[in-house]
Amino acid sequence: MKEITYLEAIREAMLEEMERDESVFVLGEDVGAYGGAFQATKGLYEKFGEARVLDTPIAESCIVGVAIGAALVGYRPIAEMQFADFISCGFDQIVNQAATLRYRTGGRVAVPLVIRAPSGGGVHGGLYHSQNPEAWFVHRPGLKVVAPATPYDAKGLLKASIRDNNPVIYFEHKGLYRRAKGPVSDEDYTVPIGKAEVKREGTDLTLVTYSAMLFPCLAAAETMDKEGIEVDVIDLRSLAPLDWEAVFQSVRKTSKLLIVHEDNRTCGIGAEIAARVAEEAFDDLDGPVMRVTYPDTHHPFSPPLEEFCLPNEAKIVGALRRLASY
Amino acid sequence: MEVKIVVPHMGESIVEGTILKWLKRPGDRVERDESVVEIGSDKIDVEVPAPARGTLKEILAQEGATVAVGKAVALLETEDAAPARPKTEAPPEPEAAEEGEAKEAKQEETTPRGRRRITPVVAKLAERHGVDLDQIEGTGLGGRVTKKDVLPYLEGRRSTQEAPEPKRKEEALPTPTPRRAAVPSEEEPVEVIPVTAMRKAIAEHLVRSKQTAPHVTTVAEVDMTRLVNFREKHKADFERQEGISLTYMPFIVMACIRTLKEFPFLNGSMEEERILLKRYYHIGVAVALEEGLVVPVIRHADRLDIRGLAHAIHDLAERARTKKLTSDDLKGGTFSITNPGAFGAVLSTPIINYPQAAILGVEAIRKTPVVRDDQIAIRHMMYLCLSYDHRIVDGATAVQFNQRVRRILENPLELIL
Repeated sequence: MKEITYLEAIREAMLEEMERDESVFVLGEDVGAYGGAFQATKGLYEKFGEARVLDTPIAESCIVGVAIGAALVGYRPIAEMQFADFISCGFDQIVNQAATLRYRTGGRVAVPLVIRAPSGGGVHGGLYHSQNPEAWFVHRPGLKVVAPATPYDAKGLLKASIRDNNPVIYFEHKGLYRRAKGPVSDEDYTVPIGKAEVKREGTDLTLVTYSAMLFPCLAAAETMDKEGIEVDVIDLRSLAPLDWEAVFQSVRKTSKLLIVHEDNRTCGIGAEIAARVAEEAFDDLDGPVMRVTYPDTHHPFSPPLEEFCLPNEAKIVGALRRLASY
Repeated sequence: MEVKIVVPHMGESIVEGTILKWLKRPGDRVERDESVVEIGSDKIDVEVPAPARGTLKEILAQEGATVAVGKAVALLETEDAAPARPKTEAPPEPEAAEEGEAKEAKQEETTPRGRRRITPVVAKLAERHGVDLDQIEGTGLGGRVTKKDVLPYLEGRRSTQEAPEPKRKEEALPTPTPRRAAVPSEEEPVEVIPVTAMRKAIAEHLVRSKQTAPHVTTVAEVDMTRLVNFREKHKADFERQEGISLTYMPFIVMACIRTLKEFPFLNGSMEEERILLKRYYHIGVAVALEEGLVVPVIRHADRLDIRGLAHAIHDLAERARTKKLTSDDLKGGTFSITNPGAFGAVLSTPIINYPQAAILGVEAIRKTPVVRDDQIAIRHMMYLCLSYDHRIVDGATAVQFNQRVRRILENPLELIL
């Protein structure tokens, strides 16, 4: 075990997979000699050369299209979006091509493709460098979507994504790159896609979250613990497929559910979780299903305004208190 | 200032009230809390007090009128500008969400217990363990009983039920506390079956009948031998001609209709202090299904002959079994017949299909030794058990009715006329 950052964990995962499997390669804007906008691919160009670390034009539809083509002929591409905000430029390639090819060919064709998408706010990036577009892809059949929060999960999920024979959108939170540090095994390991993890156990309330929101959620759970309320904190890690059993199991135990995410409120992952819990675990509820999310608006460039919009520990504690007293 | 006087909330499930008597007339002065009107419902009568001091301005609903709960029945012109409120009480309730707790807590004090908010998990626990939620003090918002309130209560109940009393070991055997409801355990496994809408409707209907109509059952002993012989003789032909089997039911239905015409009160009902005598004959015939009993109705059964009745009964039973009955098939019966004899019952006390006045239970036909001309003979005997609403039908009438049906069945030729 060693302590590394979230960004290092991502870099290690790519490096180890490229060493392990020659069909794995990376492509994206400035991922080569420059090492990527966030230095995620730093050192890969030197180690594997320009044939396996491809600089591309500033054209996301081209990046995704090339990656799909390569995947169809047996490669395992890792396509880097410089910011998740620009993934929409490659949207058609993702939702109409990558997501449908297996279905269209009756299962004869696989698209073992990973799209890495640096997402999330709180970095004062304004409205084109802060978005959380994960719900669009969760909505679309044929895609897997993951969003890890810890270095351990970041590495294990990226490796699992690379080895998966389906297109996986890998959302990595920019705010965690250097801030999240944690133990990571020296051995080769993967974290299964579609499995949530209980990051803190409690019996009174269930808090479901993912990605960077895990940390204010854990802090809020700690605060509640001092007030005698024990919170079960579930880190989804994967959004599609989503680990429903983990959610239901916890709700059956606590009967009260709060969902926290940095994505917008309307039609976010929280909306789907609330709906499914209402449908399938209604008999176990002892209070309304609640959400703390980013409001349905853009990311302001002004730091105080962005701070006002983002979910944080205080907002989560407020919601937990209300839910506990219900 | 004008204030409305409304029909007050009188309890769960009461949705309207009837104006019984106006105690004040328009133009009368009334004090605050002085009774203005008497309003009745099927469960309770109340006197409605004036919400403020003033003059009764206008009556909006006359005596005898039925008005929904919450709707205005009169207008009151108050003397002071502000609506009546005790001076000590705070001004208008805050509407902000943050004040929700205080507001709900206040409502809790004033609303009847039956209207408390119960969440799904609490409802489930209460049902599964037979808990009366009124016994539990709620700690949730506005005094709501939460899951966390129910679980320790169940825990406490279990320990008082199961823990032996340690100190009295030598004195006497511990007396077990009677259980309030079955608590499932490995030793005493209990299967919990959710009540279906149909089962609930049956339950409510039967309870209503038993609670409203004082039931009396009279029994007639019928010698069915002639009818048995008649049926034996004709059943093969009948089946060939009609494609359905010949049962006793058409004869019994026809005998009942003949007799109902002579004793109209048994084809009546009591509704709102009036007795309604139905001059038409919609006869309900009970059909037992796996999921519960239904009583489809033969409309204008008096217009059918034996063959017509046989087909109508067969059709209803068939459609009941294949779930093809419409709600119209189940409505509007004036008298019902049930046939527990089909399952071997020899005596029953049927429950009236309320608001009908009576129901006839048809029992099993058995060969029985009876006395005929001072000799013991073997005859096909059957009991007819007539339950009737004693508010509408006196004992003498009911017994005469049942005996008349008996005589017709014993002399089936009477059915021809």
